Amino acid sequence: MLTTPQEKAELLEKAAVRGRSLWDDARARLMRNRAAVVSMIVLGTLVFLATIGQLLWVHDYDTIYRDRVWIGPTMENLHILGTDAQGRDMVARILVGLGVSLMVGIVATFVSLVIGVTWGATAGFIGGRVDQLMMRFVDILYSLPFIFFVIILMVTFGRNIVLIFVAIGAVEWLTMARIVRGQTIALKGMEFVEAAHAAGVSRPNIIQRHIIPNVLGPVVVYVTLMIPVVILAESFLSFLGLGVQEPLTSLGRLISAGAQDMEPAPWTLIGPAVTMMVTLFCLNFIGDGLRDAIDPKDR
Amino acid sequence: MLGFVLRRFGVAIPTILVIITVAFFMMRVAPGGPFDLERPMPEETRQVIMASYGLDKPLIFQYFDYMGNLFQGDLGPSLKLRDKNVAEIIAEGFPVSATIGLLSMLLAIGLGTLLGSIAALKQNSGTDFSVMTFAMVGISIPPFVMGPILALVFGLYLGLVPTGGLDPRYGMTPDRLILPVITLALPQIAIIARLMRASMIEVVRSNYIRTARAKGLSAPAVIIRHALRSAILPLVSYLGPASAAVISGSLVIERVFQLPGIGKHFVDAALQRDYTVVMGVVIVYATLIIVLNLLADLLYGVLNPKVKYES
Repeated sequence: MLTTPQEKAELLEKAAVRGRSLWDDARARLMRNRAAVVSMIVLGTLVFLATIGQLLWVHDYDTIYRDRVWIGPTMENLHILGTDAQGRDMVARILVGLGVSLMVGIVATFVSLVIGVTWGATAGFIGGRVDQLMMRFVDILYSLPFIFFVIILMVTFGRNIVLIFVAIGAVEWLTMARIVRGQTIALKGMEFVEAAHAAGVSRPNIIQRHIIPNVLGPVVVYVTLMIPVVILAESFLSFLGLGVQEPLTSLGRLISAGAQDMEPAPWTLIGPAVTMMVTLFCLNFIGDGLRDAIDPKDR
Repeated sequence: MLGFVLRRFGVAIPTILVIITVAFFMMRVAPGGPFDLERPMPEETRQVIMASYGLDKPLIFQYFDYMGNLFQGDLGPSLKLRDKNVAEIIAEGFPVSATIGLLSMLLAIGLGTLLGSIAALKQNSGTDFSVMTFAMVGISIPPFVMGPILALVFGLYLGLVPTGGLDPRYGMTPDRLILPVITLALPQIAIIARLMRASMIEVVRSNYIRTARAKGLSAPAVIIRHALRSAILPLVSYLGPASAAVISGSLVIERVFQLPGIGKHFVDAALQRDYTVVMGVVIVYATLIIVLNLLADLLYGVLNPKVKYES
């Protein structure tokens, strides 16, 4: 993995200067995790295909070939994964769907990251009554049937892709807030933070040098594991007919359509379903790998 | 203990009221109404129908009317399904939804605990690896993919189960329930197995387990009587979120398998602006989730003597 002599030398030089940091250790452990490394390569390829690949592919996702409805996978005209009920190329549709699903996953996760970290860190730092109130609010939200509100929201404001990001992000921030709060409180009381304080390190410096790096680990892990959850949530909405709108598509929407045409045209289900499973597999393996790398005590 | 329960109800009741209020106004803000989507009807007719349901009044009065009726146990008539009121629709659908949900939870808890414990006790073995792979598959395959595939294989190709959905006229027989229950339970089996494995690994390394082994207890006795008891605690705190997940999942499952439960009504009702049905389903499920969360918390306290309710 880190094999070239140059890289080795650089690494050694760094090591000589500042020792092995938490992150160097974590990276080394992650690189030893074969499932995670393979997943990163596969996911990288998928991301590449979904961004660049859809521009290069011979068919457009919304071109309708009226005479080529439900053609099975064939080399003819390069419909290698067949066509759908309207005669659109499945490869092109899967690539666009994958792109939309990944984008929803990343943006919605980012929304929940911002809300969750702000909420959790504020509660943890201030502590006392404010903390109690803020976390009680989270507890209450936790026990709500959120999917119902998301559905009502989608009905109320129309099926707008930005709204999907916001709605899912607004639902998924709760766990993030709990994790960040727990970490912040634990860190506030740590000896090394006290020591830094006693040594006269300024508060912004303590936050930058000690708090942020230590909170970052669990947050990074949770973010990686959240992207698949969000992708699932979006596809859940799409399946119910509340997701992105035609001719744009997402993996959930493709799967939903494929499930209906499963008997006459199984390839319309298999292609998107396999793509989705592979994507989720990769994200989950990377997330698990990161968790084991950053916090190896449970292995 | 009683104080704790009362305090929790003190929070739960306002929570439910807030849910009802938010759902009520969000639904009404949605463009369109229950009588717009059908064939166009003369404006006067529409006005008359709206008035007969009290929908012509200012929104705030409608809200108070609704809440007033609700406190008398009246969920109102359905705006779309003629001759039926919301209570009847829910009473018809609830047994189906509840049976599927309950069986799925039992299956998920039983199988998840078993698989997770086995994986933990044989950590890093082939068994562990297979269980964790299965769990990863369970988490990564959404129910709306799993459902159609299972229906295709077992219903159509193998002919082991009927494919026509679960019609109440034929009763809820095991062969009609098995696929929906498995599909709904699968992600939960996977999550519970992962939870259980992690917590079991931690517990079997602890000192009191070493003591139990050292004093010569048999392996099953150590696991069942000592390890399982504390290893199961994280699972208990997951029961609340799990029940919420099963309820959300049932929205999809009932659609995939054409089951006449209440989840199936919800999405259709929301799209058709059948306000009263949407509200009825939200109220039933919100109450259910809140009560189940409370029960899970109480169970946690019973199982974990470290938790004290007074404070």
